[in-house]
Amino acid sequence: MNPADALKQADGLKVATFRQSIERQIPALRRYARALTRNAELADDLVQDTLLRALRSEHLFNGGEIRSWLYTILTNLNRNRLRSLARRPALDQLKDADAAGAAGPQAGTRDIARALASLVEEQRSTLLLVVLEGLSYREVAEVQGVPIGTVMSRLARARSNIKAFLDGAGPALRRVK
Amino acid sequence: MSDDEMMVTEHELHAYVDGELPAERVIAVEAWLASHVDDASRVAEWRAQTQAIRAHYGTMELPPARFDLEQLARRSPLWRGIAAAAVVAAFLAGGIAGWLVHGASAAAPSRFDIFTNQALDAHKVYVVEVRHPVEVTGAERAHLVQWLSKRLDYELRVPDLEDIGLRLIGGRLLPGPFGPAAFCMYEGPSGERFTIYYARTDAAASALRYRAGDRFAAVYWVERGLGYVVSGSADRARLMAVSQAAYERIDKGIL
Repeated sequence: MNPADALKQADGLKVATFRQSIERQIPALRRYARALTRNAELADDLVQDTLLRALRSEHLFNGGEIRSWLYTILTNLNRNRLRSLARRPALDQLKDADAAGAAGPQAGTRDIARALASLVEEQRSTLLLVVLEGLSYREVAEVQGVPIGTVMSRLARARSNIKAFLDGAGPALRRVK
Repeated sequence: MSDDEMMVTEHELHAYVDGELPAERVIAVEAWLASHVDDASRVAEWRAQTQAIRAHYGTMELPPARFDLEQLARRSPLWRGIAAAAVVAAFLAGGIAGWLVHGASAAAPSRFDIFTNQALDAHKVYVVEVRHPVEVTGAERAHLVQWLSKRLDYELRVPDLEDIGLRLIGGRLLPGPFGPAAFCMYEGPSGERFTIYYARTDAAASALRYRAGDRFAAVYWVERGLGYVVSGSADRARLMAVSQAAYERIDKGIL
């Protein structure tokens, strides 16, 4: 094999392992996106955009942690989406699968979904990355582009807001049934 | 044990729940929880929240076909070189393939045909203008972008291409295939001109596609409901380089 062919083959292998590493993350990315958006359709669109973006940046990726990088892309895409949505918020609420009255196999844990929905975006994303995706505080800091102290206080606020929501809204919701 | 070591912060309680606490502090925290009922109940509450979140959202499924990376990669511009090569191969193949392609486009012109036709027509008309190539000049860039964005009802990204030797001359509004279109013109030091044509479309996102004309050529792509056509020199390598630079800056929002 001449050197040029060897290089080409090495490149091909690099692409293959890069794609395999991404592929392994797809189920977890969908899980995170669903919890983040509370809308399966929207979540899958976000994941697809994330994958497209990642594939486009294949040549820019120089090793490092692929998982955190994918969560970073997804988190940023979702932030952009919310920003453009801020002008017409009513639509999103209508599509919210956790809206009152929605029943399903997971109806029993619906309260936690509503509590999550009541959080501001940064707190929700922080809590989900930690407890659902199992990222370390350091990784979450990287994903969100903030110091670790900010991650800690977002997490603390997320937890105390969820508790306040469940303490306050719980009985009222039960009465609706 | 000193008071300092005994004192447990709220951050440490969170770190304990999340398994982030350094091993040497775990015993101290557990001792603290044994004697501080309020903190112990908070920790229990946070654990219950974690359990509930995992129960509600924790399921993972095998991804459906739309997440097939090979297919997605074909839509990704990383492979536009290969895609462009495939277009050239189709040209060379001619014969039946060419006839089929022609037949298909005669029946119903594709978005690609419509957009590149309009953009190339505008390019031909306006690049030869010496005195009035644009309606609003590049000196009023902010106004230009705001005006065109308003007319298209889409936040347009007009890239800065100065580092590859192209100065923004300005832009104008044009009638487009589905409502108004925006048109921006760039000029190099030797007077060569490139234009970017923007119009709304319902087509799905696509990779960069090259179209050769007689004197000029065009590169088309779609992203988030907006169709883009970069028109200019029939020198393919040059046009691809300019389009790629424009694409990347628009994509990353470097303007």
